[in-house]
Amino acid sequence: MNAIFETPLYPYTRHADQDAETPVRRKVVIVGAGPVGLAMALDLAQQGIEAVILDDNDKVSFGSRAICFAKRPLEILDRLGAGKPMVDKGVVWNLGKVFFDERKVYDFNLLPEEGHQFPAFINLQQYYFEQFLVDRLREIEAEGAPVELRGGSRVSSVEDKGDHVALTVETPEGPYPLEADWLIACDGAGSPVRSMMGLDFVGRVFEDNFLIADVVMEADFPTERWFWFDPPFNRGQSALLHKQPDGVWRIDLQLGWDIDKEEEKKPENVIPRLKAMLGDDVDFELEWVSIYTFQCRRMEEFRHGRVLFAGDSAHQVSPFGARGANSGLQDVDNLGWKLKLVIDGTAPESFLDTYDVERVQGADENILNSSRSTDFITPKSETSRIFRDAVLDLSEHYEFARPLVNSGRLSVPCVHDGSPLNGVDALPGGPARTRPGAPCPDAPVGNGYLLAKLGGRFTLLTYEADAPDTVAAGPITAHRVALGADDDTTGAIRERFVGAGGSAVYLIRPDQHVVARWDAFDPAAVADALKRASGQEV
Amino acid sequence: MADLTLTPNIPGGDDFYADLLAAHERLTKEESDAFNARLILILANHIGDREALSQALDAAKAKD
Repeated sequence: MNAIFETPLYPYTRHADQDAETPVRRKVVIVGAGPVGLAMALDLAQQGIEAVILDDNDKVSFGSRAICFAKRPLEILDRLGAGKPMVDKGVVWNLGKVFFDERKVYDFNLLPEEGHQFPAFINLQQYYFEQFLVDRLREIEAEGAPVELRGGSRVSSVEDKGDHVALTVETPEGPYPLEADWLIACDGAGSPVRSMMGLDFVGRVFEDNFLIADVVMEADFPTERWFWFDPPFNRGQSALLHKQPDGVWRIDLQLGWDIDKEEEKKPENVIPRLKAMLGDDVDFELEWVSIYTFQCRRMEEFRHGRVLFAGDSAHQVSPFGARGANSGLQDVDNLGWKLKLVIDGTAPESFLDTYDVERVQGADENILNSSRSTDFITPKSETSRIFRDAVLDLSEHYEFARPLVNSGRLSVPCVHDGSPLNGVDALPGGPARTRPGAPCPDAPVGNGYLLAKLGGRFTLLTYEADAPDTVAAGPITAHRVALGADDDTTGAIRERFVGAGGSAVYLIRPDQHVVARWDAFDPAAVADALKRASGQEV
Repeated sequence: MADLTLTPNIPGGDDFYADLLAAHERLTKEESDAFNARLILILANHIGDREALSQALDAAKAKD
């Protein structure tokens, strides 16, 4: 058994708040120290906002759980100072193989676009992911950032008082009251905070069970993603094999609906299944086994007064496409800077409703994609199975059918078309991928990369265009990043950002989404867009 | 975006129809269903026009 599961990372210790005469008020309290809660705390604390995380546990997640982290979340984590160690530890993969029945029908290369600092995906066990986030949190805490992680602390009551939230926190030494200006529930799909507030979580249940196993083996399987439809070792079902760091392989086996979960989880039942898949001569050791069912659902609204929901507590998807943890990290990216503006008094509380609008849009996109993958992988009618098998049969012989094979549409960030924060698109011939609402794609700039230069504040990005070093709208300032043809060493800037006229001016949000763009700097237009995007226009 | 053609468009229509039936000869019901599914996917890809495909899905619905 891997020791990382067993070691308390943030054991309970008594806190002065427990002995205070009257309940202590904290700026932001985050419930849940999973990937989303930890990243949320990092984002806020790095902006100087006090963030207290409460978690009833004190260890990293048990088992690999979320294992596939996509480029955009890695870019967000890099902004939070935790992306690079994850990439160094993680497994980078580009090749995939698709099997149907007894044969390989095709293989593919993700062929990730060149000119990005981060890979398209890495595979990394959730326990390492959380470990890196806790390491980073300890690092900024030591530098004086206002962040705290309280283990053994379970929230047992939540009450929105209008101007703050009142909590009861249960500890091994008894309960204590605590108050928060803002509460962020990152407490997972079963969110106790959501239940305590009596809020709905509705959607579609998929009647299926999946066995997931972490297997340690010395095998010469290549670093590829292998997906089987209806293989001989799991008839009528699907299977997935993925490589993780440390010689750990992740195996997902679809089991169907009418099964005895406790029986299926027993090693004497799991091991023969794995031997049938891997071959009798492969030596392996079972590290972790779990059985999961899933649903695609979301809350109607992600903001309820002073309580905000992020990650699985707000929305849940099937695992196909790695859209769970990845979308939770995009929630963090969207919420952090907005909450900062509201806490600073620059933007009204209603500005946080744009978090709801934009991330509900993201959640719906993820639910749509993951539901479609699930419908392909587990056909719900005879006709849908006939079409599914036809696509797989054709994919072996004809290229056209391969894009129709859907074993998961891997997570990509949402373009916030129609967001109330978007400004004009006044860049004739501007690329569609960088229209207002879109996340900025990375690109090489000189010896470095663009996204690292944008950082986490409002930016005026100019290419071959004159502009002042800063533009202000009320208390908010956008800082210029000036680029010219000399910086565009590979031509990627021009291709991804520049219009027909050879110049461009972009206003970019702290979460690196485009607000508006022009072909030349117009002071009044830029100030207007900045005012709107920072919530000063109500 | 082309409109779906719903006027006669196949030269030698009787021959095509005979080819279609011949392709299904000696297939079981299950094999015929699979054949039809493959054929639909091949033809849909050839058309490649989402508007025309939507019109085709609509035209194929049973009419009163």
